[in-house]
Amino acid sequence: MIGRILALGLSAALLAGPALAQDKVKVGFIATFSGPGGVLGKHLHDGFMLGIDHSGGKLGGLTPEVIQEDDRLAPDVGLQVAKKLIERDRVDVMAGVIFSNVMMAIYKPVIDAGIPFISSNAGPSPIAGAQCSPMFFSTSWQNDGAHEAMGKYAQDKGHKKVYLMAPNYQAGKDALAGFKRFYKGEIADEIYTTVNQLDYSAEITQLRAAKPDAVYVFYPGGMGINFVKQYSQAGLTNQLPLLSAFTIDSTTLPAQGDAAIGTLTTAFWAIDLKNPVNEKFVADYQKKYNEIPSTYSAQAYDTALMLNAAIKDAGGKVSDKNALAASLKKASFDSVRGGKLKLGNNNIPIQNFYLLETVKGADGNLVSSVRSTVLTDHQDAYAKNCPMK
Amino acid sequence: MDPLLLLVQALNGLQLGVMLFLLAAGLTLVFGIMNLVNLAHGSLYMIGAYFMAAFQGWTGSFLLALLLAVPATLVVGVLVEVIVLRRLYERDHLDQVLGTFGLILFFNELVRVIWGPAALFVSMPAALSGTVTLLPGAPYPVYRLLIIGVGLMVAAFLSWLVTRTRTGMLIRAGASNPTMVGALGVDIRLLFTLVFGLGAALAGLAGAMAAPLLSVESAMGDGVLILTFVVIVIGGIGSIRGAFAAAVIVGIVDTVGRAFLPILLREIFNRQVANAAGPALASMLIYLLMAAILAFRPRGLFGARG
Repeated sequence: MIGRILALGLSAALLAGPALAQDKVKVGFIATFSGPGGVLGKHLHDGFMLGIDHSGGKLGGLTPEVIQEDDRLAPDVGLQVAKKLIERDRVDVMAGVIFSNVMMAIYKPVIDAGIPFISSNAGPSPIAGAQCSPMFFSTSWQNDGAHEAMGKYAQDKGHKKVYLMAPNYQAGKDALAGFKRFYKGEIADEIYTTVNQLDYSAEITQLRAAKPDAVYVFYPGGMGINFVKQYSQAGLTNQLPLLSAFTIDSTTLPAQGDAAIGTLTTAFWAIDLKNPVNEKFVADYQKKYNEIPSTYSAQAYDTALMLNAAIKDAGGKVSDKNALAASLKKASFDSVRGGKLKLGNNNIPIQNFYLLETVKGADGNLVSSVRSTVLTDHQDAYAKNCPMK
Repeated sequence: MDPLLLLVQALNGLQLGVMLFLLAAGLTLVFGIMNLVNLAHGSLYMIGAYFMAAFQGWTGSFLLALLLAVPATLVVGVLVEVIVLRRLYERDHLDQVLGTFGLILFFNELVRVIWGPAALFVSMPAALSGTVTLLPGAPYPVYRLLIIGVGLMVAAFLSWLVTRTRTGMLIRAGASNPTMVGALGVDIRLLFTLVFGLGAALAGLAGAMAAPLLSVESAMGDGVLILTFVVIVIGGIGSIRGAFAAAVIVGIVDTVGRAFLPILLREIFNRQVANAAGPALASMLIYLLMAAILAFRPRGLFGARG
C-alpha cells in the first residue's frame, strides 16, 4: 500500500516535472458542457479563454493551463470532477460553474482544500450569506439580483397586477421571491410548472383569462424557448408585456426568433453597454467565435481578468493560496460592466442592473439592448448574514 | 368555472393528445407486434425535429421541409431497425431496454456533434402563426388547430390501414400472434421493418410538427417518451384504437388538471399549501389515471393480447 502511494506520488511528481517551477498556473474550470445546458458551458468557457487572450495569453505573467471538466449538470458528477482537479491535477485555482445545485455540492470541498474559487455564474444564497468564505469570489451575481431588478422595474413602471410563473424547484421559488422583494403590487397569480415542461398552452390560456397588466417569468434554457414561442403564438407578446430574467439571452435568442421581440429582461450586462472594455470584448468575441456573446461569456471574461490582476499582484506566486485569495480580494481591473469591479463583504459584486429590450439589430440579429438602469450599486440581500468584513 | 375557458383548455388537451397519438401509434405497434421495448422512439421524434430545422434552413420552406423530414426520419428508422434492433428481437426485455437506451445516448450526442449544442429555430409560415377567434373572447393559435387536423387525419388513415387493407390484416394478426403469422409463410422480417419504418415516420412527423412550438435541442424526446409509454399502457399494447383513445384522454386529463387542479385546491386549502401541492399533484394525475385503469383493466383499454 505504502509502495503504491509512493509510486503514485513519484509518477505525479515526474508528470508535473518542470511545472513545479513557478511559470505556470493551473486553472480547474468546471461547467456544464453536455446535454441541453451544454451551450451555457461553451459560452462560459469561450468568454474565459478570450479573457486570457486579452491578458496577452498569460494570467499575471504565468502560462495558464486550463483544465476543463464537464459536470453534466449533476451535483455528484461535479463533486467527482472537482475532487479530480484538486487531488490529481493539483490545480492552483478553480473557476466556472453554471448551476447552483452543482455549486452547492462542490463549494465546501474546494474551499476546505484551501483553493481559491471564482464562480463565473452560480450565486446561491447560502454562499452569499452565512457560508461565505475568504477563498470564494464571484464575477457574476447573487441569484436574486436580476429578479429583484425586474420587481423594481414592475413597481416603478406602475404595473398593478402581475402574473408570475416559474418552474417548480428551488431556483424558481427564489426567483419569484426575489421579484416580490421589490414589487409590492397585486399578484394576479403565482404558477409553478413542472421542471422541463414542454407545452404551456394550458397555463397561457389561464393567464390570459386572469387579465393581468404584465407577466413575469423565470424559464431558463429550453423552457424559456418553449414558453416565449408559445406566448407569442398565442398572440400575447404585443398585448401583454412579457417581463423575464434568465429566460431570453443570446444563448436562447437564435431559437426564439422574432417571438422574443419586444420582451423585457433584466441583467447586469448587455451587449451594447457603453464602455471600452465591453466594446473590445464584444467585437473580439464575435470575431473569434462567430457568435454573439452572452452574460455567461461576459462573466467568465471578467473571471480571467480578475485572475490576471490577482496573480500579477501576488507576484506570480500561486502556491501561497491565502496570499492569492488576498490578492483576489483586492484585484483591481476594468470590468465589462464599465469601471472597476467592486466586491461586497461576501466577495460578490456590487453592481448595476439594467432593463433590456429584445430588438432586431442593424445586422438582422436579435439582441437584448439596454433601455435604462433599474438598480444602481445593488448589493444582495444576504450579504448582511456574511460575517466577513 | 368559466365554460369558455374549459372549452379552450379541452382544445389544448386535444392538441396535446393528437401529438401524443402520433408517437404512441408507432410505439404501440412496435411493442405489440415485434415485442420490442423501444426506448429510442423519442430519439426518432427528436431526429424529425432536427431534420425539420435542417431542411427548413436549406429550402427556406416550411411545407417542403415537412415533406422531406418525414421520409428522412423513416430512413433513419429503417437503418436503426436493420443495423441494431434486429439483433434484439430474440433477447429479453431488459436487454432491449439496455440496447435502446444506448441508442438514446448515441443520438443525443450525435445531434450535438452535427448541429452543435445550441437549440435550433424552426419558424412557421406567416399564415399559420396568428390566432383565430373560435368563439368571442377565445382566440386560439391557428398552428395548433392545424396540428389537431393533421393528427385526426393520420388517425383516420391508420384506422383505414389497419382495418381495411391486407397489410393491416397482417399487422393485426402480428399483434395477436406473431409466431403463427410467420408460420403461415408471411415474411415476418419485412413486416417488422415496415411497421418500424411506419412508426419512425409518425414519430418524425410528430417531431417535425412540434418543432415550431418547441425548442429543438438534444434530448428533447426523452420527456415525451415517458408520456407516450403511459399512453400505450393505458390504451393497451398493440392497439391503434387504444392508443388514440388513451392519447386524447391523457392529453385532456393532463391539460385540464394542470389548469384547474391548483385552483380547485385553493378552494379547500390555503394558498401556500395549494401552490405547493397543486403542480405536484397535477403532474401526478396521469400516472394515477394509469394506475387506476390498470387496476380494473390490466391489459389497458383495448389490449390486443394477454
